[in-house]
Amino acid sequence: MSSFLSATLGRKVFMSVTGLFLILFLSLHLTINLFLIFDDSGNLFNQAAHFMATNPMIKIMEPILALGFIIHIIWAAMLTWTNMKARPQKYASGDQLLAWWAPSKNMFILGSMILAFLVLHIFNFWVKIKITGDPLLDHPAGTGIEMHNTYNLVSNLFINYPVYDLIYVIAGLLVGLHISHGFWSAFQTIGLNNINWMKRLKCLANMIGIIFAIGFAAIPIYFLLKF
Amino acid sequence: MADKILSKIHVKVWRQNNPKAKGKFETYTIENISQGNSFLEMMDILNDQLIREGKDPVAFDHDCREGICGMCSLYINGHAHGPDSQVTTCQLHMRKFNDGQTITVEPWRVGAFPVIKDVMVDRTAFEKIQQAGGFVSVNTGGVPDGNTIPISQIDAEEAMDAAACIGCGACAATCKNSSAMLFLAAKVSQFAKLPQGQVEAKTRAKSMYAKMDELGFGACSNTGACELACPKSISIAHIARLNREYLKAKMAD
Repeated sequence: MSSFLSATLGRKVFMSVTGLFLILFLSLHLTINLFLIFDDSGNLFNQAAHFMATNPMIKIMEPILALGFIIHIIWAAMLTWTNMKARPQKYASGDQLLAWWAPSKNMFILGSMILAFLVLHIFNFWVKIKITGDPLLDHPAGTGIEMHNTYNLVSNLFINYPVYDLIYVIAGLLVGLHISHGFWSAFQTIGLNNINWMKRLKCLANMIGIIFAIGFAAIPIYFLLKF
Repeated sequence: MADKILSKIHVKVWRQNNPKAKGKFETYTIENISQGNSFLEMMDILNDQLIREGKDPVAFDHDCREGICGMCSLYINGHAHGPDSQVTTCQLHMRKFNDGQTITVEPWRVGAFPVIKDVMVDRTAFEKIQQAGGFVSVNTGGVPDGNTIPISQIDAEEAMDAAACIGCGACAATCKNSSAMLFLAAKVSQFAKLPQGQVEAKTRAKSMYAKMDELGFGACSNTGACELACPKSISIAHIARLNREYLKAKMAD
């Protein structure tokens, strides 16, 4: 087992499994976020946010999710460091084979930018909801039950701060690009791929990437245009 | 049809006296190169010119010059084996270049392939990976009839596709991580599909993988650049099989 943990393939398996787990989490995240668009009263979104904050299963999953993020990030840094050391001298003529923006070539850069966004994102919402609190959360949620008015917090940010809209749209695109490579790559690493499934998985990865990019980017754009 | 003549080209080539020396690029101008020449013939003409001028000729690897031995290398204008697909450098023709063009020629830049001299690198690392597990056990005694071992056509073809690997190193040279995974995948895949390869199936992928890590190659990040650069078009689907073989063996431990 110890040789598996230190082997590059072992580390890559950790990247794949955590990556797929994070994609699952993002699917749930996106689904709930889309309630922001489909119900302008905020009722649906507030109910969903309340469920996420109180459901015992979700409470159990929270630290596991955090661990998933931490493993994915730290292992990525370790692998990238190993990979950079493998070529001590760079080519003067560069790499003319793959486009400079190809997600597969830029996974660590895309990931780092997403991490920077994640920190901002946590300060925007998670810290306010869980720790510091915010007067915006205390408005009556209008659901009959006492709960945070999370919709108020989110819509306030997107309606009143266009710079955040821009940041959230860009972050959506970055996540989409990251997943358009990450999804099929995860299956390749754990050996669940062959010549036929290569095309299917790549197609699926692009579709998921596009759905995530459009889905996450649509929300700030909706608030910007509608209100 | 007569080939066109490139009246003048500039070759910017990496010069390094020995593995320890600090190398640098030198640019040489050559006149009247036929587009019908292969790239290595152009290098021969350059070396002839250098010798006549009393200079040290450029050291480069080559052997069969028909694309099957895997000796030639060279990273030309940002492409392993030059800007043509599915060919080795010896099969690359000067018709891929234009008159007056500057052609940058570099050695494979892989930590595990140290430069011996100029653009010649030491690819012993691939031999070491091969020795770690790229073999099969065979019975001694009389030669068995090949037809007594049933193998499906599909498996035979797939094993043969992998066996087309000539071990040139273009995969590791192109990979942004200098990973030898396509080479490793080809060498594991050529046995994994055949009954003869089953004797060592439990250890092959593990030993070869451990050797690759030990020699300082990077890890695969599935960019797919290797299969584009491979002169034999070996598919990265073989890498999925390598990973599968490795994980199967690890789970059995």
